Amino acid sequence: MSERILMKGNEALAEGAVRAGCRFFAGYPITPQNEIPEYMSWRLPETGGTFLQAESEVSAINMLFGAAAVGRRVMTSSSSPGISLKQEGISYCASAELPIFYANIVRGGPGLGNIAPSQGDYFQSTRGGGHGDYRVFVMAPKSVDEMANFPRICYDIAFKYRIPAMVLADGILGQMMEPVTFDFDPVEADSLSIPDWALRGSKPEERRVVKSFDLRPGKMEEWNYRLEKKYDEIKAEEVRYEAINTDGADLILTGYGTSARICETAMAQGRKEGLKIGYIRPITLWPFPTRIFRDLAGKIGKFLVVEMSLGQYVEDVQLSINGRSEIYLHKRPAGGIPTGEEVLEVAKKVLSGDKSKFYV
Amino acid sequence: MKIVFEQTKGLTDIPMRYCPGCGHGVVHRLVAECYEELGVQENTIGVAPVGCSVFADEYLNIDMIQGAHGRGPAIATGIKRNLPDKLAFSYQGDGDLASIGAAETLHAAARSENITIIFINNAIYGMTGGQMAPTTLLGMRSTTSPAGRTVAANGYPIRVCELLAALDGPVYLERTTVDKPAGVVKTRKAIKRAFQYQLEGRGFTLVEILSQCPTDWGMTPLQSLERVRNEMTPYFPLGIYKEPEDDKKARPKKDAVKKES
Amino acid sequence: MPKIDVDVTRCKGCELCIPACPHDVIGLSKTFSANGYYPATMVKSEACTGCKLCAFVCPDVAITVYK
Repeated sequence: MSERILMKGNEALAEGAVRAGCRFFAGYPITPQNEIPEYMSWRLPETGGTFLQAESEVSAINMLFGAAAVGRRVMTSSSSPGISLKQEGISYCASAELPIFYANIVRGGPGLGNIAPSQGDYFQSTRGGGHGDYRVFVMAPKSVDEMANFPRICYDIAFKYRIPAMVLADGILGQMMEPVTFDFDPVEADSLSIPDWALRGSKPEERRVVKSFDLRPGKMEEWNYRLEKKYDEIKAEEVRYEAINTDGADLILTGYGTSARICETAMAQGRKEGLKIGYIRPITLWPFPTRIFRDLAGKIGKFLVVEMSLGQYVEDVQLSINGRSEIYLHKRPAGGIPTGEEVLEVAKKVLSGDKSKFYV
Repeated sequence: MKIVFEQTKGLTDIPMRYCPGCGHGVVHRLVAECYEELGVQENTIGVAPVGCSVFADEYLNIDMIQGAHGRGPAIATGIKRNLPDKLAFSYQGDGDLASIGAAETLHAAARSENITIIFINNAIYGMTGGQMAPTTLLGMRSTTSPAGRTVAANGYPIRVCELLAALDGPVYLERTTVDKPAGVVKTRKAIKRAFQYQLEGRGFTLVEILSQCPTDWGMTPLQSLERVRNEMTPYFPLGIYKEPEDDKKARPKKDAVKKES
Repeated sequence: MPKIDVDVTRCKGCELCIPACPHDVIGLSKTFSANGYYPATMVKSEACTGCKLCAFVCPDVAITVYK
């Protein structure tokens, strides 16, 4: 435990990773995440760790591939186009079962887009992102405090299941300052045991190999089933979400990250005005909290999805609800940031039975 | 009668699956002999590339990692920065190193990353079936330059040692062949020297080995050796391109870079 | 007498050892191996000096040299 301090989101994330045992960071500049490598460039050497500015995002993720293979707690960060470049390496980590931690401080897209906050990388994050059949553990913080504390959870999951784990945030969460309390004791990186799969130089009879393929007939299929088993376990054990005022609600607002905060504001105002509005926020985007939506489907008539993208997050809500409640969507892409009042206006229209614009 | 030559314990017992006459087998053996002879086999981590030698982990009897196409130097960097006392090398072909991985190679060299790259230059993409490589010679046929490589269409082959020698970072760069016993001996010496420099913490080392690819060149193994001698070495002159100053003085003059004829 | 021993399970009959030998000791076998290759074999065994040059160039580490 530590004292309450004021921090910028990106720096809180970096410090959270260091306190969670991160001792290797490789990255490449891109806005709006530059505070992370900048912070790591002085902070990691203090801990005996290594910071490397790579020649590209592609190189950075492959430096992680090597560093993770020797059992280190490693991190990289980037923003949307940079994460696209890292996807091949992330897929390799997923297949070779290397635990890595990374953050995507999302900017507007597609293409170069802009540096404004966005949630346009939901599909990329929650569907694996790169080539092949795999998933990564995805956490969506809604505050600087969560930016600070989620890296530790990501490392725990990444090492427990040997998978890539990520934080999906945006420019707002990265750039704003808020009070932070680290809710865990700093991890002594040197006291962490070296995993039994990690490369370290071996006697021939004990040698270890890290690879992401098996070309023998049928073996890659088996390999995939092995990964799937792990993913099923994570889906059963590691779902996190927040659900407020869902009992007896006429309408559930739902969003993740920055959108969740806006939903909270709208809910609070709406309830003051006597509207029965509840709220669900997934904390893990993969695994998705399907069950809470499934349980409420049919019982609560209307769900209003708020996202800073053009209908990505809503698909998971639709899949969970499976046609048993009405789903509405308020969407703002690439730098469009809805306000609480704006969302409440939409909520009122939806509650009044207006299906003209937002029904999906 | 006693055994004067047998397989090094640096290699596993698995027979290599490379095509008949392929240079990879010789270089694998030399790499293995070198780390074994230096007494660091149990402290060596190798990076296998994408390409024919993607299977190197089956043959090299050490901890191995197989990584994405071209990213060997970055992966070796990640390993070496975290385990600085280990010997870390990346084994790469010409497409891997000089095309898709050109940036990683150049920057690892510029950082004088304390790793060794074993670079097999056979002027072709082998595993994918003989496409044009960044080192394919002018006029040389490949499946993607069926009429022969032309300057107009494809530009010039890249001379990796010369390119890297322009940087301050590299400590040791040498180009050799394995086309005859003398070349094999010289290659072995070069790999050992590169490993030694790394163990001394001196910085970036690379050994480029001109090698034959009989299958994708459409030649018999013996014909392919002729191509290495008659076509490759004139364009890719053998010799030392960079070495520590103190060792340069001690070295016999005959190893100096031969000028292109 | 120095001699070489060719592991026929490894040899792929690439012939690289043949010109490497300064004394024309090596040729190809008349019968093929289980892998379908005509492996290298000593055809003039009395000339072998155990110099190891054949083993140096062998890509398949198929040759053991005795002296």
